[in-house]
Amino acid sequence: MNSAGNNSVPRAGSALPWALVTPALGWTLLFFVLPFIAMGFSSLTAHEGGGFTLSNYSQFFTNPSYWQAMVNSLEVTAIVTVVSVLLAYPFAWILAEQVPERWQRLALMLAVLPFWTSYVVRSYSWLLVLAQNGVINRALTGSGLITEPLQLANTRLAAATGFVHFFVMLLTLTIFANLKQLSPSYRKAAADLGAGPVRTFLHVILPLTLPGIMVGAFLTFVLCIGDYITPQILGGNNELLMPQLVMMQIGRRGDFPLASALSIILMAVVTVAYLACARWLKIERA
Amino acid sequence: MRRIIRVASWLYALAVYGFIFLPVVVLVLFSLQATSFPIPPFTGPSLRWYDAVLSDVRLTSALVNSLLVASISSATAVTLGFLSAWGFARFVLPGSGLLRGLITLPLTVSYLIIGMGLLVLFNWAGVPKSLLAAGIGHVVINLPLCFAIIYSQMGDHQINIERAARDLGASEWKVLLLITVPVMAPAIFAGFFLSMTFSWDEFVISFLLTRFDTTLPVEIWNLLRSGLNPKTNAVGSLVFAVSIVLVVLFELTLLRRRKT
Amino acid sequence: MTAPLVDIRAVSHRFGQLAVLKNVSLRIEPGSYTILLGPSGSGKTTLLSILGGFVTPSEGKVFIRGEDCTAVPPARRPTTTVFQDYALFPHMSVGGNVGFGLRMQGVDGATRAAKAREALALVGLSSAFDKKPHQLSGGQRQRVALARALVIEPAVLLLDEPLGALDLKLRRQMQDELKAIQKRVGTAFIHVTHDQEEAMALADHCVVMNDGRIEDEGPPERVYARPATRFSATFMGESTILAGKVTEAGDRTGTVTTPAGPVSVRSALPEGSAVALAIRPEHLMLGGAAGTASLGMAKVSDVVFQGSFKRVLAVSVEDPSLQFIAKLPASTTVQPGDTLAVSCDTDQIIVLAD
Repeated sequence: MNSAGNNSVPRAGSALPWALVTPALGWTLLFFVLPFIAMGFSSLTAHEGGGFTLSNYSQFFTNPSYWQAMVNSLEVTAIVTVVSVLLAYPFAWILAEQVPERWQRLALMLAVLPFWTSYVVRSYSWLLVLAQNGVINRALTGSGLITEPLQLANTRLAAATGFVHFFVMLLTLTIFANLKQLSPSYRKAAADLGAGPVRTFLHVILPLTLPGIMVGAFLTFVLCIGDYITPQILGGNNELLMPQLVMMQIGRRGDFPLASALSIILMAVVTVAYLACARWLKIERA
Repeated sequence: MRRIIRVASWLYALAVYGFIFLPVVVLVLFSLQATSFPIPPFTGPSLRWYDAVLSDVRLTSALVNSLLVASISSATAVTLGFLSAWGFARFVLPGSGLLRGLITLPLTVSYLIIGMGLLVLFNWAGVPKSLLAAGIGHVVINLPLCFAIIYSQMGDHQINIERAARDLGASEWKVLLLITVPVMAPAIFAGFFLSMTFSWDEFVISFLLTRFDTTLPVEIWNLLRSGLNPKTNAVGSLVFAVSIVLVVLFELTLLRRRKT
Repeated sequence: MTAPLVDIRAVSHRFGQLAVLKNVSLRIEPGSYTILLGPSGSGKTTLLSILGGFVTPSEGKVFIRGEDCTAVPPARRPTTTVFQDYALFPHMSVGGNVGFGLRMQGVDGATRAAKAREALALVGLSSAFDKKPHQLSGGQRQRVALARALVIEPAVLLLDEPLGALDLKLRRQMQDELKAIQKRVGTAFIHVTHDQEEAMALADHCVVMNDGRIEDEGPPERVYARPATRFSATFMGESTILAGKVTEAGDRTGTVTTPAGPVSVRSALPEGSAVALAIRPEHLMLGGAAGTASLGMAKVSDVVFQGSFKRVLAVSVEDPSLQFIAKLPASTTVQPGDTLAVSCDTDQIIVLAD
C-alpha cells in the first residue's frame, strides 16, 4: 500500500527504462529465441537437398533405435530422480536437525563441494573408481570377495551413479534450504499437541517440505535428461541416451536437421513433464 | 529412541559424505601418482604430472582461454542482468511480467539445446566457430541467473532508498553510482562469481561452438580419449581447485553481506 | 492574511480504476505542524506522495510557496520526505547519510561534516556520526532520517508514518521530541498517521481523511470537541452514535427522536431532517446523578478497568442495536448485568447532519 509508488518515478524521459532493459532483451532474442527459430526451420528441412520435409520427425517414431534412446533417457532419469531424492532427503534432514547449528554451514558447504567441479572432471573421477582395474574392483578382488573384476564402467549403473552423485548434492542443497525455512514453532506445536518425533515428521515436516522436494525433483529431471557428458563418459556407447543421439548426428554425420528435430522432441518431453506437474511446482512464487 | 536416531544419523551422514568425496579423493590422490596409470596401487607422491600439465601448451592455453571466456562473458552477463533488473524493478513497463519471463526462460532449457540452437544459427549465418561464439552462449546461460539474483534483491526497501536519494537532490546517474550499485554490490558480486563458476565448468556449448582454440573442459575431454591418465587427474585437480577458490570467494561475499 | 505555504487545489488521483483521492483541497500555513489522520486506504499516504513529488495527481494542482509544483520531480521541490522505513543508505555512515543532500548540492566536505554534526546534535545523536545505520536502534535510525531530511533546510518536511515502526513507549517519547524539534527549526511538518493519539498530541492542524476525502480539518481540540462528520466523531476518539430525526425545531433548540427516546438538543435544524447525535464517552452518565438529557435505560454488558478509569459498554433496553460507550471513574461500582438510566448534558451532545 504505502509502497505503491514505483509507478511514478521518473515520469519524464520514458526512454531510460527501455534503454536499461533492451540490451538484455535483445541478447535473449538474438541468441536464444532466434537460434530456437533457426532450429525449428532446420528440423523441417531435408539433410540432402534442403527441401521441406517432416521426415526428421517421422524418423524418430519409425526408427526403433531413436525411439529406444528416448525410452532409455526416461528410464535413467526416473531412476536417478527417485534414488537421488531418497538419498538426499535423510541427509539434508540430518544436516538441518542433527548437526549443531554452528557447524551446519560448514557441513553443508563440505557436502556440496564437489558439486562445483566441472561435469567432465566429475565423470572422469567416477571412471577412475569404476574402471576394470579401478579402486572398487581392486578393493573387491584384493579382499577376495570376487575373483574376476566386475564390469562396472560403461553400464547404465555407472551413468546412474555419476548422475546420482551430482543430484544428491543439488537436492541436499534445496531440501536443506527448505527444512531451514520451516519455523521451529511447527515442531514445538506438534510436540505440544502430543505428536512424537515420527508422527511430527510424517504429518508436519514432510508435507511442508514436499513442494520444495517437487521443485528439486523437477530440476533433477530437466538437468538429467539433457546431459550429454555423464552418459557419454560413464555409460559408453552400449546404450544411447537422447543427448548422445543428438550429438552423434552432429559429430558423425553433420546432420543438423535431424539433430534439431531430436532436440525439439527432447524439449517437448520436458515441457510436457513440466505441464504435468506444474500444479505441484509453485515456481512462480520464487 | 533418540540415541538410536543419533547413531543412525551419524552413520548415514558418513556414508553419504563417503559417496560424495570418493571420486574426488581418488582423482586428487592419483594425480600424485609416480607411475603412468592412475589406478591402485598408489606409487607417489610425485608432482611429475602437474609438471606435464603446466608444460603442455595446449592445456595452459586452454586454461587461459577458459579464464578469459569466463571473466568476459560473466562481466557481460552481470552488466546486462543488472541494467535490466534495475529497469524492471524501478519502472512500470508494458508487458513487464512477460518480458521478465523471456529473460529468465533460458534457465529452463538444457545447455545442449541452447548450444545446438546457436550452432544451427551460426552455421546458417556463416559465423565461424570460435571462443567468441562460446562466450556468447555463456552469456545466454548466465544472463538469466544474474538477472534473477539481482532482481530478487531489489525490494521495496531498496526502492525507497533510491527515492530518498532523489528526494535529496541526486540525479539519475548519481543515484545509480552512489546508491544503487553500492547497495546492490553483494548481489552483483554473487551473480558475477556464480557466472564465473558456471562458465568455467561449462562443456557442451564450448564443445559445439569452438574449434581450434578451445576451453579447458573441452581440452580435458580430448585428453580422455587417451584413456585413464594421471595427467588428466592433475588437470582435473587443478580445475577443481580453481572452482573451489571461486566458491569460497562467493561464500565470503555472502558472509560479508549477512554481516552488514 | 499571507499566502499559504502549500496550496492543494482540487486534487484527484486514480491508481488504474481505483480512485484514491477525490477532489481534495487543503492549505498549509508556514511553521505549522499538520497531521493527516485516517485509516489505511483513506488516501493520506498518496496525498503525501503527491506533495513529495513521487506521484503526479491525475487532476488538480499543487502550489508550494506560490509556485506550481504539480509535476516538479522530488529533487527540485522544496520538500523532503522521511520514509516510513527510514530508507537510510546502508553502505554509508550516519554522517555520510546526513551529509548526502548537501553533497548533491555541491557543498564542500568540511562544511558538509559541520552541518551534518549540527543536524545530528539537533536530534540528540552527536555521537553517532561515524556509525553505520545497522548499528543503531529503531529510534536512533528515525532520528538520523529526520536529521538527513532537515539538514538541507526544506520549506516543508513530509513524514510518512514516521513512528509506525517503533514500540508504543518509544513512540510516545519520539512524539514529544518531534514536536520540540519542529518548534525549534520552525519548518512546516506534514505528518501522516493512523494513530489518533499521535494526531492529538502533535498537530496544530489536524486533517481527518476517509475514503479519498477530507472529512474534517482544524485544530485538534475543535475536531475532537465538535467533529464535523460522523466518521470524524468515531475515528478521532470514540463516540456513542444515536441516529434520529428532528421532530420539533425551535429557534436555537430542537427535539430529535432517537431509538432511546426524544432528546432535546441545542441546534437549529429544519424539522424532518435526519441527524446523528454523537456523545463522547466521558460525557455519558450511568445511574446516579442524571444529566439534562435522558437517553433511556441500558443494561451493562462489559466493564473494563483501564487504570485511571473504567470503560463501560451498555446495551440500550429500548433498542438492543444501540450500544453506549462510557468512561466512568475508576471508583465506580457498576457491574455487568446492572440496568441503569443513561443520560448526559444537553450541551455535550454533538449534532451531526446525516
